Amino acid sequence: MSMGPEQVAATAQLARLALRAEDVPAVAGKLSAILDLVEQMNAVDTAGIVPMAHPLELSQRLRADAVTESDRRADFQAIAPQTADGLYLVPRVLE
Amino acid sequence: MEWEAVIGLEVHTQLATKSKIFSGAATAYGAEPNRQACAIDLGLPGVLPVLNAEAVRMAVMLGLAIDATVARRSVFARKNYFYPDLPKGYQISQYELPVVARGHLDILVDGVAKRIGITRAHLEEDAGKSLHEDFQGLSGIDLNRAGTPLLEIVSEPDLRSAQEAVAYLKKLHQLVVWLGICDGNMQEGSFRCDANVSVRPKGQEQFGTRAEIKNVNSFRFVERAIEYEIERQIELIEGGGRVVQETRLYDPDRDETRSMRGKEEANDYRYFPDPDLLPLVIEDSFIEQLRASLPELPQAAFARFVRDYGLPDYDAATLTAERATAGYYEALVAATGGEARLCAKLCANWVMGDLAAALNRAGLPIGESPVPAEALAGLLGRVLDGTLSGKLAKEVFGAMWAGEGTADAIIAARGLVQLTDSSAIDTLIDDILAASPKQGEQYRAGQDKLFGFFVGQVMKASKGKANPQQVNERLLARLKG
Repeated sequence: MSMGPEQVAATAQLARLALRAEDVPAVAGKLSAILDLVEQMNAVDTAGIVPMAHPLELSQRLRADAVTESDRRADFQAIAPQTADGLYLVPRVLE
Repeated sequence: MEWEAVIGLEVHTQLATKSKIFSGAATAYGAEPNRQACAIDLGLPGVLPVLNAEAVRMAVMLGLAIDATVARRSVFARKNYFYPDLPKGYQISQYELPVVARGHLDILVDGVAKRIGITRAHLEEDAGKSLHEDFQGLSGIDLNRAGTPLLEIVSEPDLRSAQEAVAYLKKLHQLVVWLGICDGNMQEGSFRCDANVSVRPKGQEQFGTRAEIKNVNSFRFVERAIEYEIERQIELIEGGGRVVQETRLYDPDRDETRSMRGKEEANDYRYFPDPDLLPLVIEDSFIEQLRASLPELPQAAFARFVRDYGLPDYDAATLTAERATAGYYEALVAATGGEARLCAKLCANWVMGDLAAALNRAGLPIGESPVPAEALAGLLGRVLDGTLSGKLAKEVFGAMWAGEGTADAIIAARGLVQLTDSSAIDTLIDDILAASPKQGEQYRAGQDKLFGFFVGQVMKASKGKANPQQVNERLLARLKG
């Protein structure tokens, strides 16, 4: 299975990766190779096998519902690029 | 052509935990921005989510209450998309294996009962909030809400009208609040609804193309948004157009839905199991333990109130709308005692009437009533034993509300005991009749409505203390005699 340049561009957009046009053919080739491997695996009969969600044969540990974190806003905002009124500032998302 | 609407609802309920679903930060509403956003909520490098046991318990409680299957093994997945209020670039959710699946809720619309299927309910984390007011051309991000536990409850496309959708939504709201798993505050966003709406010619099996209306935050707006959307789609199709699958926003000011064009490209969330979290395993013993702790559900309480207390449907529905009200009512009935049916109806009238009105005026929940059930029972006992008339009882209630003491103390202090001595009532009647010879003549000449005049005069003369029923009986006897 091969990925065309358009699919590569769409995938890059979804992942917010700035892909240079001249790199697209090479990336398309690599991704296609990965998909080929997936296709090979798809050919294996997996009927009756429970899909593996995690390589560890363990189950999720739970924590008690208690507030254990204190307010560290000042520390976190000291390393943020821009803040105001306690908010993290980011490039405008609407309009 | 006759059209049929097909509606499915996705409801996000914030679970009423103290801490977040994957971190120990507080979830309390209304804190200053980012004071409740810890390293995990911020998605800082090197952190790991650890699942909150209480969120799991609450999800299982809902599953049991809607008669669903609780998954013995469910899996957390990453839902990938980019938005500044989602710092990790993905939301931890559940996808292929949700914690709850295949339940149902019964609704009643215009006296017709209908069973609405619930496809699934899954655990996930809430996102933060974006504030788009001007911050030098930038957006402000508050991540206090990020990581708040959500249970997303997805219905089957079983709803056929805006009325059914609202009935389902109210039923679900009542249930999650009743179970104590959500505070139900829609203004604060604790219970949010997205509606998938499509139309098809009546009788057609296949669904039409649906539009999704996002985040409508009141029952009334849900109803209006769906009604508008149904109309819009029908007009569009009849005018030769086609419905586009898209997300729309409801604008309550203009009462219309608008396309959110351009905001999203294809919904391609590229879900995959979250390697930071192991599968959630729920043991049978835990489920059975929760099943045993499940409270009587609103539906069952309603049926029992009708059956055991002999209440009309309306009263039973009102009294079981909230668990606290039902609890107050039952405590009141038990403490009041007396003839069962009489007591049950009297108590219902007071809880839905004077008490509800007073709570409403004071803006208090019933659990914080200044007149607790046991105190009110003291008052209603005096109504049932004839000490107080309805009018005097209201006066005593007002005094109790103002903190003047128990019913008996107030009755004694104000000398409010009802006048039930027949000879004393007769004396009052005789005085009034003697003072109003003209009205007496007119009454005997056939002006029956003057009877009310005499009753009023006697009650006034007794300062409202005479037993009205006795006044009626004896007055009638006198006037006829």
